[in-house]
Order: sequence, then C-alpha cells, then structure tokens
Amino acid sequence: MTKFIDISGVHHAYKTKHGPLPVLDGLDVGVPKGEFCAVVGPSGCGKSTLTRLISGLMRPDSGVVIVDGQEVTSPRKTVGMAFQNPVMLEWRTILQNVMLPLEIVAPGMKRDAAEARAMHLLEMVGLKGFENKKPSELSGGMRQRASLCRAIVHKPDVLIMDEPFGALDNFTREDLWQTMRDLRAAEPFTCVLITHDLRESVFLGDQVIVLSGRPARTQFVLDVDLPADRTIDILYEPRAVDMLHILRDQIRIAQGRDGEVH
Amino acid sequence: MENAQKIVVPLLAILAFLGLWEFIVWVNGWPNYVMASPSDLPAAYARFWNLFLVMGWQTLWRTVLGLLIAVLFGTMLGMVMGFSKLARDALYPLLVGFNAIPKATLVPVIALLFIGQHDFNTVLMAFLISFFPIAVSVGIGLSTLEPEYRDILRALGASRFTIFRKIALPKTLPEFFGALKVAVTLAFIGTNLVEIVSPHGRGLGALFKSGETNGDYPLMFAVLIALAFLGIVLYYAVVALEKIFAGWAERPAS
Repeated sequence: MTKFIDISGVHHAYKTKHGPLPVLDGLDVGVPKGEFCAVVGPSGCGKSTLTRLISGLMRPDSGVVIVDGQEVTSPRKTVGMAFQNPVMLEWRTILQNVMLPLEIVAPGMKRDAAEARAMHLLEMVGLKGFENKKPSELSGGMRQRASLCRAIVHKPDVLIMDEPFGALDNFTREDLWQTMRDLRAAEPFTCVLITHDLRESVFLGDQVIVLSGRPARTQFVLDVDLPADRTIDILYEPRAVDMLHILRDQIRIAQGRDGEVH
Repeated sequence: MENAQKIVVPLLAILAFLGLWEFIVWVNGWPNYVMASPSDLPAAYARFWNLFLVMGWQTLWRTVLGLLIAVLFGTMLGMVMGFSKLARDALYPLLVGFNAIPKATLVPVIALLFIGQHDFNTVLMAFLISFFPIAVSVGIGLSTLEPEYRDILRALGASRFTIFRKIALPKTLPEFFGALKVAVTLAFIGTNLVEIVSPHGRGLGALFKSGETNGDYPLMFAVLIALAFLGIVLYYAVVALEKIFAGWAERPAS
C-alpha cells in the first residue's frame, strides 16, 4: 500500500554547547492516506521533532520525509497543527480564531463562505453559541476544541497534533477523543498524533508507533484492528486490553534503552 | 454609579490634596513670596489666562509631536531588537547607557548644535527622553512570543511580515500602551526642560521661568498645576486609545 506520509531512515542531531545531541536515529514512519497514526514514546525522545519534520518547519540531517509523493523541504501550507497549549489570539473571537488559517491559505475566500465553514466545525465540536466569545471566557477543554477546528478549517491533507489533550482532566480528555473520532469520520485528513497516553493511542489510532528512548528510532509498530466507530467502552474489552499490555511492555523496553544511554 | 465613582473619587482625592496644601501654608503662616497656596492660583490664572492658553498650546503640540516621533522610532527599534538577537545584544548596553544620561546635560549640546531652532530642539528633547520605554517594551513583547503562535502560521507558509501583522503586533499592544503611559509624562519633562533652561524659551516652561525671574510664586505654581493638568489629559487620551486597541487584554473584574 502506498504511504501518504513516508518517513524513512531519518537521523537528526541538535547542535548544543556540549556538541551534537542526537534526537532521531533511524526513524521510519509510514501512514496510508486517511489513516490515523499515534506515536508514543518516553518523554524527551524526539516526538516533537517529528511534528516539525512533517510540517516542513525543519529538515533532517539525513533521511527523507515524503508527503503526498513529494519530499518535504519547506512548509507545505496543507497541514494543520494543534499543540498541547491551545494558543488562541486573545483579541479575536473564537470564530475569528478558527478562521485564521483561511486568511493565510485562501485570502481570496469570501467572508461568508469562510464563516460558514468555521461555524460548521464549531457546531461539530459542540461550541455552537460560543463563536462570539473571547478565548479567555472558555475553559481549557473548550479552547482545545476550538484549536482543533482551527487546525482543520482549511481542509489540510495532514493533521499533526502534539499532545493536544495532555493538559486536560481525564473525562474532558475522553470527550475530546470522541470529538476527534467524529471529526475524522467527517473530514478527509491523514493524522499523526503525538501522545504519551496509551489508551488514547489505541482509541484513536489505526496504528501505534512506539519510539525508543533518545535518540529515537522506530522500535515497534502496532496495527490497531478495531472498528472505526469505537466507543470508550471498547478500551475495556480484552482485545484492546491486550494491545495496551503489548504497548506497555514496549514502553518499558524503550525506557530501558534510555537507561543504558545515560 | 460605577462611572460616578470613577470621577468623584479621584476628584475628592485632588480636593483633599489641595486642602492639605492650603492648610500647611496657613499653619506655617508663609506669605506668598515664600510659598504659594492653592487660593493664590485663581488670581494668577485670571491675570495671565491668555498667556496660559498660548504657552500651554505650544507646550502641548511640541510634546505630542516629540511623542509621536518617539512612538515611530521606538517601535521600529523595538522590532529590530525583538526579531534579532544580534541587534538585541548589540543595542541594549548602548540604549541603557544613553537612557542613564541626565537629559538636562544634553540641553546645551542640542542648543549649540541647532542654534535658534527652538521648536526643533524642544521636540527633539521630548523625543530623546521618551523613546526608550517604548523600544524596550516592544522588543520584549516580540522576543517573548510563544513559539506555537509562530509555528501555526509558518506551517501554513505565512511570511514573517504576515506573522508580525496578524500576531506579533496585536499581541505586543498591551505592553506598548503600558510603555506609552510612561513615555507621555517623560515627554512633558523633556519639553519643559528645554523651555525652562534655554534662553528666549516659549511654552509653559518659559512662563515658569518668567514667574521665577519676577518672584511671582503664584504664577510659578499656577504653571506647575497647568502642566500637571496637561499631563493628566494626555495620559487619559492614551488610556482611551488603549481601551480601543488593546481592551481585550483587560480581564473582566470578578
């Protein structure tokens, strides 16, 4: 099967005062079009570097990053990004915040059409009625919902999320997983989700990639063979619990390697 | 009710201050050639009202012009320092050093350089004394921008200028207005410095000087109060602008 996102043999080291600090050491990621790839690994292992590679914000020392058949050498314009910190422009309303990418990518777009598109997404994530509020009037979970809308408002072909639900409480997080599942069914993006929550990776992912400790290489790939219309309950079924056990073991191995290095 | 409080309470504070002043002068039995009291002032205003209007206007337009130049120059300098670490490292010591120089020492220098250019000299001093806080605040505002803001737009292929216009500029406005409030009063000091120190000066500073020359204490204090009044007016003009352009930064009181 052809990969929409194809990262192979990527090595990268950051320059520091104490010499080069290798963060990626043999990274391979392949995601077919429209699929959802969750990436887990010990903290500080270079997961965030992966997001910058796919979005074209930086280039690796060696190896190739191919998206949609083309090597990524600069920002691609057709990506959406969401971070753990749902940065909002405090002087704009929620609706205006969601419309921001359209102003960059499609400056000629009619305001009515842009508003309709943004409103449609806000409605899908349950923020209808909040469109004219300022970000400071919303809770953390609501801000993150708005941040998701902003990430996909311009119909990106790739959505990159860096621990987007990491700062939320457990129940809010599970709510947002379901929102994410529904958005996925409605919108045609290929997704890479960086997370350190194994349950999240199994609930949302079509595959889960385990990275080793720093410098990170692709240690293990798990195919998540669960139906697309999952509910939270599925996480308590034996087949999902088995997967969680496998991932837990892999993380242990990843941390072990981390221990040897230091 | 809330608005009444905003006006009435500060007015009461001012009246209390004037009352205290009057009381201290009265208790000590100072005649008005030693220390003027507030009750001396209305007579001074009544006698020289036309001078106050003409001189007040001169002081005001010079201060505002100097301030406008300070805003333009300070913002540009702040942008350079905010975006370039090299420029920041290079310029900070120079700026801090320049700011530490008492500006009174520059008056004779400027007066010699631009002999007779009185308006120009005054505006220049108002500018020199007030651009520093603006440059520093804009620089800090830009250099502390969270990287996520930048990444979201950069990943969409936005240019540096677009990122500046859409995010960095509006995000810096609260800091900018904070600095502008400081700069307003500084600019007044700069204007009056030149008006008082340089010969054949104009503006309220010169009026103060002539009061001093003639031993007219009520006139001198009347000038000081007029300066304070202009300062308050200009300060609240900035506050009004801040409400319009950076009102979002103000959290509703709870």
